Amino acid sequence: MNEQPKPKKQIGAPLNRVDGHQKVTGAATYSAEYQLPNMAYAVLVGSTVTKGRLTGLDTKAAERAPGVLAVISHLNAPKPPGPKPEGKDPSQPQTQGNPLQVFNDDKIRFNDQPIAVVVADSWARARYAAGLVKAQYAKEKHETNLEANADKAFLPTAAKKNPKHPMNDYQRGQVDAYKTGAVKLEAEYVIPTEVHHPMELQAITAHWEAPDRLTLYDKTQGTMATRRDFAKQWGLPEENVKVIATYVGGAFGNALHSWPHEAAAVLAAKVVNRPVKLMLTREQMFTMVGYRPYTWQKLGMSATPDGKITGITHESIGQTSTYEEFTEATLAQTRMMYQSPNVTTRYRLAALDIGSPIWMRGPGEATGAFALESAMDEMAYLLNIDPLEFRLRNYTEQDPEKNKPWSTKFLKECYQLGADRIGWSKRQLKPGALRDGDWLIGYGMGVGTFGAHRGAATVSAQLLPNGTVLLQCATTDIGPGTGTAMTQIAADTLGISPDKIRFELGNSSFPKAGTQGGSSTVNSVGPATQEACLALKDKLRTLAAASNPAFTSARKEDVTMQDGYLTVGGNKDTRVSYADVLKQAGGTTVMVEAKPGGEGQKYSMYSFSVHFAEVRVHQLTGEVRVSKLVSCADAGTIVNEKTAGNQMKGGAVGGIGMALMEHALLDDRFGRYVTKDLADYHVPVHADSPAVEVAFVNQPDPHVNALGTKGIGEIAIIGVAPAIANAVFNATGKRIRELPITPDKLI
Amino acid sequence: MAMNSEHDTPGTGPDEARRSFLKQSSLLTAMALVPGPLVQAAAAELDEKVAAVFEKIPLKLEVNGVKHKVSIEPRTTLLDFLRENLNLTGTKKGCDYGQCGACTVHVDGQRVNSCLSFAVMHEGKKITTIEGLAQGDKLHPMQEAFVKHDGFQCGYCTPGQIMSAVACIREGKADSEGEIREYMSGNICRCGAYSNIVAAIQEVKGGGQKV
Repeated sequence: MNEQPKPKKQIGAPLNRVDGHQKVTGAATYSAEYQLPNMAYAVLVGSTVTKGRLTGLDTKAAERAPGVLAVISHLNAPKPPGPKPEGKDPSQPQTQGNPLQVFNDDKIRFNDQPIAVVVADSWARARYAAGLVKAQYAKEKHETNLEANADKAFLPTAAKKNPKHPMNDYQRGQVDAYKTGAVKLEAEYVIPTEVHHPMELQAITAHWEAPDRLTLYDKTQGTMATRRDFAKQWGLPEENVKVIATYVGGAFGNALHSWPHEAAAVLAAKVVNRPVKLMLTREQMFTMVGYRPYTWQKLGMSATPDGKITGITHESIGQTSTYEEFTEATLAQTRMMYQSPNVTTRYRLAALDIGSPIWMRGPGEATGAFALESAMDEMAYLLNIDPLEFRLRNYTEQDPEKNKPWSTKFLKECYQLGADRIGWSKRQLKPGALRDGDWLIGYGMGVGTFGAHRGAATVSAQLLPNGTVLLQCATTDIGPGTGTAMTQIAADTLGISPDKIRFELGNSSFPKAGTQGGSSTVNSVGPATQEACLALKDKLRTLAAASNPAFTSARKEDVTMQDGYLTVGGNKDTRVSYADVLKQAGGTTVMVEAKPGGEGQKYSMYSFSVHFAEVRVHQLTGEVRVSKLVSCADAGTIVNEKTAGNQMKGGAVGGIGMALMEHALLDDRFGRYVTKDLADYHVPVHADSPAVEVAFVNQPDPHVNALGTKGIGEIAIIGVAPAIANAVFNATGKRIRELPITPDKLI
Repeated sequence: MAMNSEHDTPGTGPDEARRSFLKQSSLLTAMALVPGPLVQAAAAELDEKVAAVFEKIPLKLEVNGVKHKVSIEPRTTLLDFLRENLNLTGTKKGCDYGQCGACTVHVDGQRVNSCLSFAVMHEGKKITTIEGLAQGDKLHPMQEAFVKHDGFQCGYCTPGQIMSAVACIREGKADSEGEIREYMSGNICRCGAYSNIVAAIQEVKGGGQKV
């Protein structure tokens, strides 16, 4: 037999992104960039009060302005036939997420709530006319301050209804055992509202191609979810709604939900009977597409003098809106990360007159880790033990919450990798011991974890006449490089070069997949890609058998594809051309769904990370510079070290923002954000970011899926902010428990 | 319960004032030059429609080597003109306030935030956008370097980063990592691919190719 040389293994290789060329040439098309005939432009008008009722809306001037096609508000908006507005449909309990349907009534629930949409034939005309709409309100007293409403905080309704819901109070061992511990601490931590602010403003192009057929070019992390929401709202069969999100210009969680502006664009397109493009302003990105909620936390911890934790109590109150109960896993890490016999957690919500929050990268876990990992550092300091050593003394070899073995856990290995790279041995136990002129130098660490989630996904595969394999899936790519990773997985499974593979995504008409969230895409779509490729090989084997009987008894794994021919194991005598195979009736297309099995019953499955920060704090000005960041992850198999490394670096940069600058500041007197743009709301720029060093353990997890992946996106940021806060303490001796750590808090 | 009633006029401001001025001036002009229909139009509060006719301004400029002769509203930003009128959507809108850099283009070789200038301000100028950077199928060295170093994730800030990066080298402000970080700080990458962007710029700078 003539064995073909084995193709280079692609999984793990630093393949350039398959869509890189599109992205660097400006050819990548985002949701506001589709050209449709007769396009109209929509601009939202927002409420200038925070709570109350609209008593008057004068739209005459706007309607008369040049180029204006329609001004739509609750006074004239057609009512979609789907579920009734909030509270009027008992089948739609508010707690399950009832996105505000725009222009339903005269009620104002938050500041800048859309009260009208102006549609015109150009952006400039729509924007101008939007400024002509005059509103009158009957104002009511609003509540936007979490601390002032902490006494009204409540257990989420979903938890009240279901005693097994993870948002219920958790208890292991004795209640609040930390209070009687030998060495104890009790501290309160606050993170302010943070906003996702992807560089692409939220945008949608809505096109009714027929009265019952809707196509949306939308910024969404889930084409299927968006399709479902709008099919439901308009009472249409799901197949009549198509959602396209080929490119998504970042999202970080804020496109995991259907928002009022999307509903407004769909309505507007219906009214003017033209395709309508709507793009939010940066200011509107603060108010109507979610945020990481302002969260108050209190953490109590006790330990023995030799550094064994004896009790942890972690309580939190997160903010939500008055019309949706948003919950997140703020307290999850506290229940499983450290070996404490006694753990109590209590999660509560405060409903405020602000738009709904939504998961923001490393959602609740990043918030919770700020408190837990800061407290770990505080306790290590009280005990006079190195914080890394303190974590090792309380390391969990199995999940103490679920009492199950970890599927895999290589966190100790991460500790070692990170400590070596940051130069942890230079760290002094005593704060303020290292300096360089006026700059105080400190080192800190923070740990992160996130569930290795996997959902069902379906991928189709097909051999094309040009010898390319086309794979399709409805999944999206908001930046991690999904198409690239899937191409690598397919290349290895098919044994062909990545340039012979095309992975198409971001279209609800493709085989179904979940939303791109919770670090679950590669875990879910990866196995489906693998299985679809194997099914394709088997299909090709059957079709080739008609031309060459050698294929009849061949194993699908032995079907080799090269230079336009199929062979059994590379044996030239068995050659069948692609053309011959494609001539067979029925075509080559296969479609395979891959689902998780019962592995979650047996194992506790998590990704882990640790972040080490070196900071320099100016002793006179309080300026904090992160001079070095090392992020290490146990995320299972790394499919592409280049894109995975990039994702880790990006999470670390997000963590710098969380630790040092991000703060959506609300003026409670008006219920309105003072920070309205990127000049007020600071995110890290080039000059704020050091070269981030990344290290992966890169050990496959045999239980999550056959690829061994566990997920990266969330653990890239979880634990970064406390690493920086702890480094600031090590540099200055000042413990900042309210983010962001701005100079005023240090001088 | 209704506590009080607030009269809100989001339309009061420069735009409103501008319209009032226009109303008066078009009345004056109309009376001086062509009375009749215009006066009646203003009287019938149709001045907005009349204004629309006057509001188009002729403009000649060159974009990526192609000469354009158009007539546009003066309030159209260069960014909207490129994206909406010329369908050059590689130039991105990220804030409209000159704070994010996603809309960076070259005007006569200088990098500018295209959202901060009106198209009519560029009469006779030569504009280069991301679509005009490559030589046919051959990518510009900076585009090659961005692909190689993975200087992006979602790709939305990328055209602006690349246009800025090219200008940064041309300006002689890419001699060290620190200098690059400083002179690239007008271009935000929320995905946080900064380390990789800096590596790409350093490679192009170090390669000594003409950019």
